[in-house]
Amino acid sequence: MRDLPGVPSRRTFLKASAATAVISTIPLSSQAATPTPPVPLDEYQPKTLSPVEWAFVMAAVARLIPSDGDGPGAIEVRVPVFIDNELGGGFGSAADWYMEGPHQADASPLRGYQTPLTPLQIYQQAIPVFNEWCQNTHGKIFADLDADTQNQALASLQKDEMKINPELRDFFTLLLQNTKEGYFADPMYGGNHGMQAWTYIGFPGARASYKEWVGRFNVQYPLGPVSISGERA
Amino acid sequence: MARTEKKKDVVIVGLGWTGSILGMELAQEGLEIVALERGHDQNTVPEFQYPNMIDELKYGVRLGLMQKPRNSTVTIRRSLDEAALPYRSLGSFLPGNGVGGAGTHWNGLNWRPMLSEYRLRSYVEERWGAGIIPEDMQIQDYPVTYDELEPFFDRFEHVAGISGTAGNIKGQIMEGGNPFESPRARAYPMPAMPTTYDGAKFGEVTKAMGYHPFPRPGGIASQAYVNEYGMQMGPCNHCGFCERYGCYNYSKSSPQTAILDALKRKPNFEYRTKSEVLRIEMAPDGKTATGVTYFDENTEEEVFQPADLVILAAYQLHNVHLMLLSGIGQPYDPVTGEGVTGRNYAYQMNGGYTMFFKDEVFNPFVGTGANGMSIDDFGIDNIDFGQEGFIGGSYISSGQSNGQPIRNMPLPSGTPAWGADWKKAVGDWYGHVMSIGSHGSHMSYRTNYLDLDPTYKDRHGRPLMRMTFNWKDNDIRMTQFMKSKIEPIAKALNPTVMQAGFKQAGAMYDVRPYQTTHNVGGSVMGADPKTSAVNRYLQAWDKHNIFVMGAGAFPQNTQYNPTGMVGGLAYWAAHAIRTDYLRNPRPLV
Ligand SMILES: Cc1cc2nc3c(=O)[nH]c(=O)nc-3n(C[C@H](O)[C@H](O)[C@H](O)COP(=O)(O)OP(=O)(O)OC[C@H]3O[C@@H](n4cnc5c(N)ncnc54)[C@H](O)[C@@H]3O)c2cc1C
Ligand code: SF4
Repeated sequence: MRDLPGVPSRRTFLKASAATAVISTIPLSSQAATPTPPVPLDEYQPKTLSPVEWAFVMAAVARLIPSDGDGPGAIEVRVPVFIDNELGGGFGSAADWYMEGPHQADASPLRGYQTPLTPLQIYQQAIPVFNEWCQNTHGKIFADLDADTQNQALASLQKDEMKINPELRDFFTLLLQNTKEGYFADPMYGGNHGMQAWTYIGFPGARASYKEWVGRFNVQYPLGPVSISGERA
Repeated sequence: MARTEKKKDVVIVGLGWTGSILGMELAQEGLEIVALERGHDQNTVPEFQYPNMIDELKYGVRLGLMQKPRNSTVTIRRSLDEAALPYRSLGSFLPGNGVGGAGTHWNGLNWRPMLSEYRLRSYVEERWGAGIIPEDMQIQDYPVTYDELEPFFDRFEHVAGISGTAGNIKGQIMEGGNPFESPRARAYPMPAMPTTYDGAKFGEVTKAMGYHPFPRPGGIASQAYVNEYGMQMGPCNHCGFCERYGCYNYSKSSPQTAILDALKRKPNFEYRTKSEVLRIEMAPDGKTATGVTYFDENTEEEVFQPADLVILAAYQLHNVHLMLLSGIGQPYDPVTGEGVTGRNYAYQMNGGYTMFFKDEVFNPFVGTGANGMSIDDFGIDNIDFGQEGFIGGSYISSGQSNGQPIRNMPLPSGTPAWGADWKKAVGDWYGHVMSIGSHGSHMSYRTNYLDLDPTYKDRHGRPLMRMTFNWKDNDIRMTQFMKSKIEPIAKALNPTVMQAGFKQAGAMYDVRPYQTTHNVGGSVMGADPKTSAVNRYLQAWDKHNIFVMGAGAFPQNTQYNPTGMVGGLAYWAAHAIRTDYLRNPRPLV
């Protein structure tokens, strides 16, 4: 039986009761915040991304928001799951956007999204191009490079050193935007697991009721976040 | 084959702020009315309910309540010789969709323009001479005075439920309010909302500098309120999910909280959703409209709705689009200068300083759409255009409204956009930031205008509307002037780090970042049918049973958010229709 996030299984309950004295000293909030990933990321079956794309996303978000230092990294909060979900939905298919031609993908960036490709298609077409560039430049595809070289490669992508086809030029922007979205969005979208990113910065999530706090100047709001589904951390 | 519906006295196109106002006012005359709204129905319960509305990704980022460009958008170019490209995903402006329109997800900031703004051209010519008006600038006077409009501003503010501190009641300056505001007949219906720490700091420092801070007036209920239609509001929770969201708490002024439930109870009022008006139909002589044709998404067919009176209330952009598609007013031609429909499109010129304080805490998630304190010391009435070298002005404020982390994460300039340093910076700085913004006027120009796009079509096969727009030197000089005035205020607050964001000479219009949904002009009101599309009662010059609401009527943009004026003009036009036009339908001018 696999443990659900935040819901102790019968088995963990039994284990816990054997050590009640220890458990009861842990404050409730930190108990709730302990992330219990539903499926470890390395066992996760992506719904939208292919295995190569998934490996790329796993590796890229780990550099965009790394795990070391204070605060959770993109991997701990399960950003790859968020990206897999979003690319498989209305965002990935540009469901809301005007996609009729003619397209002028090489127009000035100030003129907004002009590629004929959807965000999902951009990921699908840009990842092999970038992997090939990494192979040619650094000797391995992105996911297989060491962290420092990955950082260099992402900086090159950001600066468009490989002169990517203009239809794919929004790739880095989308990847970074989606990574931050997955870090900070409500956990129901698959990222921000355990609301760790909200806890880290001090955002109370869906509390949305602060009448008493308007006039308390320069005093840190004391409560941790809640999610839309009612989770607390 | 188009279906034909039973004839009505009035058809209203769009059920946002102005459609709801006109619906209510004309329903009180006992007329048979139908409002056609292209979007879905939406109410506080269940659509805006807690907690589902408190979702930054769905509403703040993916823009769940806004117009879908796939269904409706414009094309944009920056100059006459550039090819326009579609505004494919929303950025710079966010038109509403569905019952309530943008009135459901606005911030609620509510203003009356300053006295000079109603007669801007005359004011400039009298004070400095026509010589200071740049050659391509097309500013003009409103064909109506502030004194004529005052009762209608008052009416809108009392229907909408605005909280604020009056600064000028019948010429008497009131302590704590905006001493530069146009004189009002009475106080705001509710006292001002309290401000958060950033606004309080701004208020303190500007007062010490000799300026005149006051709480920003807004459609956010500071207490329980019942308006003339019997609609009720409850005090706001400062929930921080205001702009871009529907209010879960019956506290934000909107068509839903101020008008619609009362309107829906009227037996002579009916509304249909998923009904997008495609064009206005004309009588054979072209002098009047016979009704509108709309697309009924429920039955997937075109429907003709006959009516004696047509009210365009579809938001500025869509009103002008429908006018261009239906032949209401001659389309404006920037080369010959002839034509009126689409003329004088204008926008808003804003800028700001961001200040970081290592040791201070702002709790940025606490706020309302209209939170904070402002000064109007550099408002348009208070500037010597001759000396400063521009025409315009701004109000300046501080007040956090939505500290949601995906889209509101200012970091000191130079911080990398990703990686370990980015992560450290969000941990260090979130909650330790405040900003001061200027919200400024934008003049009208020969080459900023709206017409039909020659290439791109919408899902109904209609040409998209084309926006030709770019920033101009005059307004950039104005915003640079504001920068020079805000900088000392920001410095006086003694932040750890601060940074500026103001447009600079040569700035090109960038459609990606959100700026404002304050699109104005294109169906300008005026005294001269050669330079305006509608007369002083918002009546189409050439087709007397069509009235055009919204900010399209503005001959140039004021320094304020538009809806106070939009609401005031809607009540002004409704009054003319009720007291004069209905008795004897004809051109009122
Ligand atoms: C994020 C945001 C913040 C804002 N903040 C402020 C603020 O603080 N202060 C301020 O003064 N203003 C603000 N505004 C602007 C304000 O919302 C508008 O000025 C106001 O809603 C305009 O009223 P309206 O009736 O003209 O249009 P809307 O209220 O938008 O209503 C138009 C309606 O017409 C419908 N429609 C459009 N085309 C058709 C068609 N062809 N057929 C049928 N129906 C159609 C639309 O779906 C919509 O429901 C803000 C706007 C946005 C988006
Ligand atoms: S801030 Fe106040 S008015 Fe705005 S949505 Fe929240 S409760 Fe409603």
